[in-house]
Amino acid sequence: MVMTAAERIPGVEVRHDAPSGPALREVVFDVEDLTVAYGGKSALSGVSLEVYKNFVTAFIGPSGCGKSTFIRCFNRMNDLIPSATVDGTILYHGEDLYGREVDPVEVRRLIGMVFQKPNPFPKSIFDNVAFGPRVLGLKDGLDDRVRHALEQAALWDEVKSRLKESALSLSGGQQQRLCIARALAVEPEVILMDEPASALDPISTTRIEDLMDELKREYTIVIVTHNMQQAARVADMTAFFSVEVDENRDARTGILVEYDVTSKIFTNPSDQRTEDYVTGRFG
Amino acid sequence: MQAAAPRLRVHRRRWGEGVVKGALALCALVSIATTIGIVAALLEPSLEFFREVSLVDFFSGTDWAPLFEPARFGVLPLIVGTLSVTFWAVVVAVPFGLGAAIYLSEYARPGVRKALKPALEVLAGVPTVVYGYFALVTFTPFLRSLGLDVQIFNAFSAGVVMGIMIIPTVASISEDAMNAVPQSLRDGAYALGSNKLEVSVRIVVPAAISGIVASFVLGISRAVGETMIALLAAGQLAQLTFVPFEPVETMTAFIAATGIGDVPTGSIEYKTIFAVGLTLFVMTLAMNLFAIRLVRKYREVYE
Repeated sequence: MVMTAAERIPGVEVRHDAPSGPALREVVFDVEDLTVAYGGKSALSGVSLEVYKNFVTAFIGPSGCGKSTFIRCFNRMNDLIPSATVDGTILYHGEDLYGREVDPVEVRRLIGMVFQKPNPFPKSIFDNVAFGPRVLGLKDGLDDRVRHALEQAALWDEVKSRLKESALSLSGGQQQRLCIARALAVEPEVILMDEPASALDPISTTRIEDLMDELKREYTIVIVTHNMQQAARVADMTAFFSVEVDENRDARTGILVEYDVTSKIFTNPSDQRTEDYVTGRFG
Repeated sequence: MQAAAPRLRVHRRRWGEGVVKGALALCALVSIATTIGIVAALLEPSLEFFREVSLVDFFSGTDWAPLFEPARFGVLPLIVGTLSVTFWAVVVAVPFGLGAAIYLSEYARPGVRKALKPALEVLAGVPTVVYGYFALVTFTPFLRSLGLDVQIFNAFSAGVVMGIMIIPTVASISEDAMNAVPQSLRDGAYALGSNKLEVSVRIVVPAAISGIVASFVLGISRAVGETMIALLAAGQLAQLTFVPFEPVETMTAFIAATGIGDVPTGSIEYKTIFAVGLTLFVMTLAMNLFAIRLVRKYREVYE
């Protein structure tokens, strides 16, 4: 009997309530042959995939496989690194995200991001969530907007009595949910999460994962994680990245190995390298 | 037989460490002891001075002529002269210094910053006497060439040039403080759709405010204590005026000019120097204390 990959790894449960197939879904991002380099050294090369609306899409892979580099392309955060160059195309609803006339500031209003380490501003809880709306000039109904964002991030009940206190008085897990609320407050369409739970304890991690399940009804979520169980639990689609080493030139670059429905990646991957990784033989 | 359990050695005093500690403590003490010494040295002649001139006369008198007959000891003209010059210095140094710091920290590319910051710091190394002459022989005539009714010695020229002198201090310390703000905070703000100016003004400056205010205070302290520029360019006419284009005498200029003159030791004129010095000292001390409180109140602690 052939065992599927997942059955061989204890602790990995694969969701079987697989949502309707990607074929019918609206495409939010269409990535075509994307290559990213830092100072001429390629970090990621030749990636093509599609990200679907109201899905959680996970990027997994070993350290150095370029998954964080990749996610930072979707809201043009790599623009902030002077030595970074991005080649290839990312279409956002059919529009070139890196087009000449596209303003990266505008892009980031539509595509929010949550970072690996909680990074609340050294301001009050309220001011953290209100920051985005204020920058965008959305001053009307600010209180309601802040409240709504905190409720969506499942943080309202914990902080409603101390909105004026410093955000740094919150626990790590609360800080991360605050950062999620902060991203939600500007009503983006997509939320990118770069290892959002890697600095958190298991209970906080569970809360963040539950949250993603909730949020995907309204938002499209892209998440980087190197916790495979997490990808298996939360993601509808999973992309496995790996590192390709060119011995001759002593160069390492990230490549996309396989991209499919999460259950397929974990139970019946097409590529040997994916199977090795998800069964724990590598990485 | 059991092997002997390893035993930690009996604690022995490490003499070397004690010596190092003592030497370092001495270093710290030198500056504190010097400060106490200065205060003591200022205090004694000042107290003698105030036995002869009442505090009320000193601080409320509007006429300053300690070296003439009849001597008058109203210090207000000197205080106003100092404040007036300092005011113009601050008007120049704070916006330009902060602007330069924001540019260097947030806008300049690494190569540009690497070249610009040392260049800016060279400005801080120019002797103040050079600035003083620059104010007197270049800046004031320039103002006159614009058709302004400016006296040869005036508070404005001295203040503006003093401000230019202080820009590097303000810029350098502020830039250090801004540079220390974690990149993750900037990323967080950029990810919310902020542009560079919004990130600089709403995130970086508030997070670095304690360092920025410290740079202001240091700059103001330098302006209040600056002697050479004031002496050369602001004049030595102790008149009670806020008019920028009129000559004034600052406290430092009075001290320097009178100190190198031929005032007999122990005379009332001699003690006047110390009374003015003590006033200056108290003013800067009060300002520093105020600034520390201000910083504590508004500082945003990150991490």
